[in-house]
Amino acid sequence: MTYHNPTDLTLALEIAARGDGKIVAGGTDVYPTAKQGESPPYFLDVTRISGITGITQDAGSYRIGAATTWTQIAKADLPPAFDALKQAALEVGSIQIQNAGTIAGNICNASPAADGMPPLLALGAQVELASSAHGTRNLPLEEFVLDVRKTALADDELVTAIIIPTPPAGAKSAFEKLGSRRYLVISISMVAALIDCDANGKISDARIAVGSCSPVALRLSDLEQDLIGKRLEEIEVNESHLSSLSPITDVRGSGSYRLDVVAEQCLRAIKRALT
Amino acid sequence: MNTTADVPSTQFDLDGTKVQVFPAPGMRLSQVLREELGVRDVKIGCNAGDCGACTVLVEGAPVCACLMPAQQVAGRRVETLGGLYQNDKTTQALAERFQDMGAAQCGICTPGMMVAAVALLRENPKPTETEVQDALGGVLCRCTGYRKIIDAVAGTSPVARHARGDVGDPIRHVDAVAKVSGKQAFGDDIAPIGTLEIFVIRSPYPRADFRFGDIDAFIAKTEGIDTVLTAADIPGQNLFGVIPQFVDQPVFAETQTRFRGEAVAAVVGTPQTIQNFTPDTFPVEWSELKSVTDVASAQADGAALLHADRANNVMCGGFVASGDPDAAFANADVTVEGHFQSGFVEHAYIEPEAGFAQMVGDRVEIHACTQAPVMDLDALEDILAMDRAKIRIVPTAVGGGFGSKLDISVQPFLALAALKTGNPVRLNYTRTESMQSSTKRHPSDIQLKIGATKDGKISGFNFYGEFDTGAYASWGPTVANRVPVHASGPYSIPDYRAESKGIHTNNPPAGAFRGFGVPQSAIAQECLFDVLAEKLAIDPLDFRIKNALTNNMPTVCGQVFSQGVGIGECLEALRPAWNAERKAANDFNASNSTIKRGVGLAAGWYGCGNTSLPNPSTIKSGVLADGTIVLHQGAMDIGQGANTVITQIFATALGVPVRAIRLVGPDTDVTPDAGKTSASRQTYVSGNAARLSGDALRAVILEKMNVASDAVLEFGDGMIRAKDNGGTHELSLANLALDDDGFTFRAEETYDPPTKPLDENGQGVPYAQFGYAAHLVVVDVDTAFGTVKPIKFVAAHDVGKAINPMLVEGQVHGGIAQGLGMALMEEYIPGRTENLHDYLIPTIGDVPPIETIIIEDADAHGPYGAKGLGEHVLIPTAPSILNAIYNAVGVRISKVPATPARVRAAIKAKSS
Repeated sequence: MTYHNPTDLTLALEIAARGDGKIVAGGTDVYPTAKQGESPPYFLDVTRISGITGITQDAGSYRIGAATTWTQIAKADLPPAFDALKQAALEVGSIQIQNAGTIAGNICNASPAADGMPPLLALGAQVELASSAHGTRNLPLEEFVLDVRKTALADDELVTAIIIPTPPAGAKSAFEKLGSRRYLVISISMVAALIDCDANGKISDARIAVGSCSPVALRLSDLEQDLIGKRLEEIEVNESHLSSLSPITDVRGSGSYRLDVVAEQCLRAIKRALT
Repeated sequence: MNTTADVPSTQFDLDGTKVQVFPAPGMRLSQVLREELGVRDVKIGCNAGDCGACTVLVEGAPVCACLMPAQQVAGRRVETLGGLYQNDKTTQALAERFQDMGAAQCGICTPGMMVAAVALLRENPKPTETEVQDALGGVLCRCTGYRKIIDAVAGTSPVARHARGDVGDPIRHVDAVAKVSGKQAFGDDIAPIGTLEIFVIRSPYPRADFRFGDIDAFIAKTEGIDTVLTAADIPGQNLFGVIPQFVDQPVFAETQTRFRGEAVAAVVGTPQTIQNFTPDTFPVEWSELKSVTDVASAQADGAALLHADRANNVMCGGFVASGDPDAAFANADVTVEGHFQSGFVEHAYIEPEAGFAQMVGDRVEIHACTQAPVMDLDALEDILAMDRAKIRIVPTAVGGGFGSKLDISVQPFLALAALKTGNPVRLNYTRTESMQSSTKRHPSDIQLKIGATKDGKISGFNFYGEFDTGAYASWGPTVANRVPVHASGPYSIPDYRAESKGIHTNNPPAGAFRGFGVPQSAIAQECLFDVLAEKLAIDPLDFRIKNALTNNMPTVCGQVFSQGVGIGECLEALRPAWNAERKAANDFNASNSTIKRGVGLAAGWYGCGNTSLPNPSTIKSGVLADGTIVLHQGAMDIGQGANTVITQIFATALGVPVRAIRLVGPDTDVTPDAGKTSASRQTYVSGNAARLSGDALRAVILEKMNVASDAVLEFGDGMIRAKDNGGTHELSLANLALDDDGFTFRAEETYDPPTKPLDENGQGVPYAQFGYAAHLVVVDVDTAFGTVKPIKFVAAHDVGKAINPMLVEGQVHGGIAQGLGMALMEEYIPGRTENLHDYLIPTIGDVPPIETIIIEDADAHGPYGAKGLGEHVLIPTAPSILNAIYNAVGVRISKVPATPARVRAAIKAKSS
């Protein structure tokens, strides 16, 4: 068994291609799920790879390095469209978790309750993947996280970045999380809303994503369409808007409870985004 | 050390020193710090990032050391509490403030709290309350209720003052420095690096038959395994229990297990072997059997008996009756009935059970966290079939107990392994193992009917409660006995009937947890009191005061106290807040539609000490030839502050400042039995023994020196000086004879509370004293989500005499936090919430400001009038919250926890 912590992406991808190793970044999901007595053939620590951390901007997009921590995101100077992502960053576990946990780790763990998913879906995020054999490809986030604990990550691939198309200039966003206590809590349900309004105060762009209410967090496209052209005070969220959700019942709450509260959460997220 | 050629070194800066280690690939930083570098101030509470006890700074940023591969810190700067305390001024100043606030109780979370706080204070020396909460939200504390930690970090002015430490002085905890410096050694901090470890094989099913395969072959083929322990290795009786008539739990199950997590065997091996051990390789075959996991199915016809001699799975019951409740109901103008339920509650101390054992000659020494060292000795004497003189229990610091560390856990495994291998051994439960196998608060299912006449006097009370005591008795009989005695609450109820039953199921054993069943019965009684008051159109506070016990009024057991009944004063103390907060809530609600504010109150009482059974404490003290005063303090300090309180009482009696006293702890070789830390008995019972010991020591000295009874004594430099009206007298200790302890003077005194047995109707003298409490809470209910947020508590407690008011506040804060958790979020579900992210306890963001009102209605039996306090606190908390929810949104929640889903469902049901 070996611990690899390469600084060079090419080398990291070669190691990844050997298969069956455990990719580790912040360790915040790797260790809690570790089984007594079992260890992987090797660890591949991606956090020292050159260029894998930090946020950069080019003509059409923002690039968030895969191993960028939640604390780095929360402290980053980003436009208001990223507020939901920054608010979610501050709800990931605790400061200890935010200082270690990374954005790509949150996505690759593919938990239905991943706090990063709704704001990234609302931002229209793309996942940048790389492998030695096939180079680089980008997948929309919706096509990357496939199911509970299941992603499109190929055995020889690493996530290298999250790419976010530059949001509309005036867009604002907000994140709402519901849990049974203040900190260190797995969401019962959560909503990210990204809203842009025209000069008359009518919604011109709306993206609403819900987490913890389906195997993979979802955008509510019917609701998004219905919001277009409405003013804040005219907004309604009804049952049909939520028909794509399929919340389960667990110790945190029943499926019907989740459906019951998520409509209100959508409203609150939209209002918070606009105020 | 894994110093092997193929493992590269990792170098980093640890608290200013360059270190080099050779960790196995992916080894957790926490393990490297503790087990390669000996940095034991980094605590392990969960190994999953849920508790934050292992928080360290990496390049100045707080992280959980349990979630970081050690290799990741290569070339980086790591800081831990021990080093920070040595070198860092911010930390040193914070350590002073922690002591001045009593912000460290048991101390197990203190390193994580302080390290996280240092990171905040370096960036922001004057943080707000919210900033402190955001910064410390990742560290759980189960003792303090967090408020004193917030104050310490935010820099609120000190509570403790420098004083002699006489009774009534709010001095610092006498053992606080060890806690804030990281030096305090808990159960897993004793064993030398490299000590053999133990892995316990446990039942994966609530009930199962099992058969071992070839254990000898398993040992032979698995490198690094020393031995395996099973029931066959137990020289004495394979049973333990805390109540003589109910000793029913095997150390290792023999052919069938009765709950998920029950031990069947233990593997002893090198640290590396245990680390890499996969339980599937152990030779045992399981066949799952039909189990009963609730009290109804356990009592159903045909249900398998957990214990052959306990028909219908009824372990035992309790009963108290007085007057004629049926006639009283007939005379009542109003009657109300209710059905109340609660689930298992996990103690969730941040220190899992842990310990170390070694052979010293032919004696076995067990160092472990415990609330009851002499009971541990009693149990091991029977299990090991050894002369008890050959067993030594040396308690370590205890990282929280709350009742569950009264029962043995790691101790028999450690002792058996040390005896069988002849080598030192250690065992530290994982969080899941701790949660699966330790005792819990009993789930309750309570039916209650109460009547009242129009004038607001209670007329008839009928209580029936079933308590799920799980697979084994533990303290279940105590719960069954205590509940009927306490179910009335602190009220005069002449016509009363209360019956309880403990029922066995294939759930984990339910045992002692702060309040022994009374918090559950108080939910039923105090919530139904509010229903009754509303029906009578009487203010809930007035209704309680009208029925409250006063001096010279019989309790439901027929016990009459001529003094010390302080519940009326507790309730009256809430009246200003009751009036102001209800008005404020009305104003708030007039302008808010989604968030609704409510105010609730509840009261409670609790008898201190064992119920109608002897429970003596003995305290020994003496003066060494050099003039040092030694106090053998055997009352286990589990964070509540017995070391401080007992010392203050003793020092006051002897007439010296606390700083003049050297403490010797509860080592069974050298310190007499001060009984168990339970039943809120240490301040009262051991406190009395300490008072008697101090008085007696003073008396023999005064007599020897022939000085006046009010003489002022000073000790030191091999002398005792006494000043009285006749001047200063000196006694040289050099020429006095020394006893076996090296004492020139000694005193050893015992106190046992005067109680009398209860008759078949529960009439008698169950306790020599009760303590009293009343809480008021303001909550905000989010009607759309069903979330309940307490925003303020006012807690009035009659403690007789506050030996140390700062510690009283500490108990009040901590009890309220636990009551809040029980009311709103905590429910242990075997097999489902066996970790601290599915089982939720309050965080620093969940406990609002608490105003503590100390009432001192002195008790004739208590030392300087003091009464017990620890358990009293959380009795009124949960019902006060439920009553506040009703006040806010008009729904009565009768099943705790009142989770958002339950509250929202009730709100929806009401509006439809």
